[in-house]
Amino acid sequence: MTTSTHLVYLIALPLVSAALLLILGRLADKWGHLLATLVSASTFAFAASEFFAMRSRSGAARATTQKLFDWISVGTFKVDAALLLDQLSICFVLLITGVGTLIHIYSIAYMSHDRDRRRFFAYLNLFIAAMLLLVLGNSYLNLYVGWEGVGLASYLLIGFWNQKPAYATAAKKAFVANRVGDVGLSLAIMIAFAQFGTVSFAGVAAGAPHASSAALAAMGAMLLLAAAGKSAQFPLQSWLGDAMAGPTPVSALIHAATMVTAGVYLITRSNFIFDASSTARLLVVIVGTITLLFGAIIGTAKDDIKKALAASTMSQIGYMILATGLGPIGYAFAIMHLLTHGFFKAGMFLGAGSVMHGMNDEVNMRRFGGLNRFLPITAITFGFGYLAIIGVPPFAGFYSKDKIIETAFNAGGTKGYILGICALLGAGLTAFYMTRLIVMTFWGTPRWSRDEQHPHESPALMWVPMAILAVGSVASGFLFTSGNSMVHWLAPVVNPSGAEGGAELMKPIVVSLLALGVVVIGVAYAIFKYRTVPVEAPEKVTVFTRIARRDLMQDAFNEAVLMRPGQKLTTGLVWADYSFVDGLVRAVGFTLGTSSQAVRKIQNGYARTYALVMLVGVLALVATIWMVTL
Amino acid sequence: MSILTVLELLPLLGTLVIAFLPKSANRTIKQVAFVISLVVAAVSGVMAYRFRSGTPGFQFVESRPWIAAFHINYAVGADGIALVLILLTTILVPIVILAGWNEAEGGRWSVKTYYMLMLVLETMMIGVFAATDVFLFYVIFEAMLVPVYFLIGGYGRGERAAAALKFLLYSLFGGLLMLAALIGTYIISTNQGGGTFDITKLSMLQIDKPTQNFLFLGFFIAFAIKAPLWPFHTWLPGAAKSATGGTSVLLLGVLDKVGTYGMIRFCMTLFPDATKTFTPVIIVLAIISILYGAFLAIGQKDINSLIAFTSISHFGFITLGIFAMTSQGLSGATFYMVNHGFSTAALFLTAAWMVKRRGSSQIDDFGGLQRVTPVLAWSFFIAGLSALALPGLSSFVSEFLVLVGTFTRYPVAAIFGTLGIVLAALYVLLAVQRSLHGETKPGNENMKDLNLREKVTIAPVIAVLIFLGFYPKPVLNVINPTSTAVMQHAGASDPAVKAGK
Repeated sequence: MTTSTHLVYLIALPLVSAALLLILGRLADKWGHLLATLVSASTFAFAASEFFAMRSRSGAARATTQKLFDWISVGTFKVDAALLLDQLSICFVLLITGVGTLIHIYSIAYMSHDRDRRRFFAYLNLFIAAMLLLVLGNSYLNLYVGWEGVGLASYLLIGFWNQKPAYATAAKKAFVANRVGDVGLSLAIMIAFAQFGTVSFAGVAAGAPHASSAALAAMGAMLLLAAAGKSAQFPLQSWLGDAMAGPTPVSALIHAATMVTAGVYLITRSNFIFDASSTARLLVVIVGTITLLFGAIIGTAKDDIKKALAASTMSQIGYMILATGLGPIGYAFAIMHLLTHGFFKAGMFLGAGSVMHGMNDEVNMRRFGGLNRFLPITAITFGFGYLAIIGVPPFAGFYSKDKIIETAFNAGGTKGYILGICALLGAGLTAFYMTRLIVMTFWGTPRWSRDEQHPHESPALMWVPMAILAVGSVASGFLFTSGNSMVHWLAPVVNPSGAEGGAELMKPIVVSLLALGVVVIGVAYAIFKYRTVPVEAPEKVTVFTRIARRDLMQDAFNEAVLMRPGQKLTTGLVWADYSFVDGLVRAVGFTLGTSSQAVRKIQNGYARTYALVMLVGVLALVATIWMVTL
Repeated sequence: MSILTVLELLPLLGTLVIAFLPKSANRTIKQVAFVISLVVAAVSGVMAYRFRSGTPGFQFVESRPWIAAFHINYAVGADGIALVLILLTTILVPIVILAGWNEAEGGRWSVKTYYMLMLVLETMMIGVFAATDVFLFYVIFEAMLVPVYFLIGGYGRGERAAAALKFLLYSLFGGLLMLAALIGTYIISTNQGGGTFDITKLSMLQIDKPTQNFLFLGFFIAFAIKAPLWPFHTWLPGAAKSATGGTSVLLLGVLDKVGTYGMIRFCMTLFPDATKTFTPVIIVLAIISILYGAFLAIGQKDINSLIAFTSISHFGFITLGIFAMTSQGLSGATFYMVNHGFSTAALFLTAAWMVKRRGSSQIDDFGGLQRVTPVLAWSFFIAGLSALALPGLSSFVSEFLVLVGTFTRYPVAAIFGTLGIVLAALYVLLAVQRSLHGETKPGNENMKDLNLREKVTIAPVIAVLIFLGFYPKPVLNVINPTSTAVMQHAGASDPAVKAGK
């Protein structure tokens, strides 16, 4: 373990910058975005130097810690404010600061006409600081601060244009859904303290083998609930689609590449809990599998380009969560897919933003078409992301997703078949909805009015970040898998015992061919089905399509089961509080007033007489005060 | 003379000075009141500096005979818990005076009377936490009602007279029960070799269980009304709705803390066996308060009653922490009292500024304020984040300590309590959305943002919330030894780690 004295600057720099931009207000309008971008870029440079320094060390010396101060200390509950940069967190730090900086640069142009651009950049810096704290905290409670910090940043950014009531509602919905998850995180931390007497990752890891299986399963389930809230997994997934109300760079950074993957980080970080509890692992694979299909199905029915991509994000994170539930071998694959997804999904969101930029903020893909001729760079960079996500070799998703499908099959027995087939099915659906998106947006004949729309390519400040992410979408998969580099890199953190995967059910090449097969079917069917695209969404559709368009009834369900009963309960309680609780008090007051005579007769004994005298005296005093002065 | 006595006398001195000023000299009166409150705050700072943290027991003690026939003394002293609550008081009073600079105009009585009441109240608030003689405590506990009664009834809004009376009757009822229990305790001390009202001596009494139960209830109900705990809460929303912003801050931020403070100081210390007997019931009441207060807050249309109901929820957390009987619960609950004081101050003050500008306290009359009055909107928003206990703000530290301290002994109660964090997000963000977001509603377009005086008042409150969120150590270090001592006296110790090696 190496100690450091400067890790804290990774967090402090963007935090101070955010505070400065918010406090200075309009004074910083001219240069706020430049400062924020510079700060983000310097955190990336810092992170990169830390990465190379870490590579030059070996074994246990790779992890770096910094203790800042005693944060909370009561009895045996002792929590330091302390940071831990190890092989796992450096992956996230590089992703957050790297993609974060690209998105800062992109936003300079994208937000140039917004009167509140400075505020936007302040929030972006706040997000970077909170997200870095999330992945750098050395205990669950430190992580929690970052965890809710990113929730706050996400709330502020989803509601950036909160003058529109629907956007304000979307922001609130995201925060509340996340809070449901936070109940899980809170309880997991409480379980950790009650069981192990500590909430640091190292302490819990050391104690995990001694805990009862019930305690481990409970803690695992609570961590999963937390992950479901933050990562939009079933059953807390419904906020992500609405979160697209935020400016598109936000969707790329927070709601695709980084924050929504925090759940995957949490589970991977807690590998010692999940490795020790098969019940917790089973819950994880169930949630991951349901969500990967859930998101993919919604993705097939969305006409809003951002919501289609959001559904896709939900589904892809489902893959990652599934991988984390597949035992020690799965974590590295989850992180690998998380990183490649970070590149290609952020790139595609920025591409969607570029399309909106050129199309007067139109998001309905039915009103796109033939845009590749007008936005050639966007079309090409988006195309790279597309090939990566559907898993065409040698693009990144091919490597990372195939590993997950393979490991799912190898889970063994019926479970292995079910998980593997679901993962394959998801791959086919992904190919279908992504092809649909490409066809509707970039191919075919224009379905927009040439008088009103003048699509044009975006400026270099926007397309250069897209191009860089496109390169990542090509190269990253090969980079991570060659020589099994990612698996080896992460092993000391996520697989210290060196556990192997299950017995091979099929040779990897067979899995790859199967996956390619379903992808080809998905692509072909989408091209066939969307050779013509009606401008209005067809109304004569199957029940299935109709349900998919309504997000598989997720909002209808929440409204019927939670919201409306909750509102009824609230109204009922407000009424009961006045009528019953306070009513009783009023009745007592009235009775006392009229029956003081009777009361006096039944009183005897010295203390009671004393009390009664006081009562009468006080009442007289009260009456006097009331009548004389008011 | 103890520095505590100095602290008590200073505001009285201020009252005296103001009494000699002409009624029309409003400006001078305000300035005198403000300066005096600053001096008090400074002296309390000196006291905090001289306080030896790390030692339990009372410091700065002073005792003089008062009513010798009944062994009643003027006795004061401060341990860690009393110290932080006195500091809360002395810091909040100048803030309240400055924040509501023009709040007393248009009251039933003069500005002069308002500030005299305010300073008298400060003396009493310091006195009630400093008293180590139970009778002295009782007298101040009851006497405090008088200035508050006049502050609500004379300077409030709407049905202020009715609200003030309800507050008074409720409190008097509780006070009477406490008086009876107090006399009972005194009689027992007489039978056991020397009548006394000294809290330390009383805590050594051997009282049989049935008697303890009766005496405990006498104290507890008084404190549960003051705190307030469900179902004794119905006086609070009306009082908060009618009182001026400043009065509400002192009422909910400081005075109500006497209730939860009393539970620790008297209920737990004097009647440890009865405490154990009633703990299950009280835990249930605390959980009900947390959830009930939160649900009712969601359903409120008036911004001040909304804040009042959030406080009922928060007092539920404090009570839960106290009766969890763990060091985290007890220290967390005490720290919660401090944080709730600042957090509620931020909420009531910003709400009062909003109400004053808009001329209405209906939440739906606001809307879109973020774009009209950004500084005011941010202040209200940060106050709201503190109410929902966002990590990074001090209320998170105390709320989490309460919950984790409860979980180690009563996991089911902690689970129910944790549900409160979802409801808190709802009641805060609903109010934020309705008042700050959306289109700017008619009547709000020309609202003025905070002026310099208002910015100067809210900034330190927010600074405290953030500072103690990241660095709670100075306060926790003062509280911890006292809560350890309280637990030891009550014969409780923290549950052991379950999967320890």
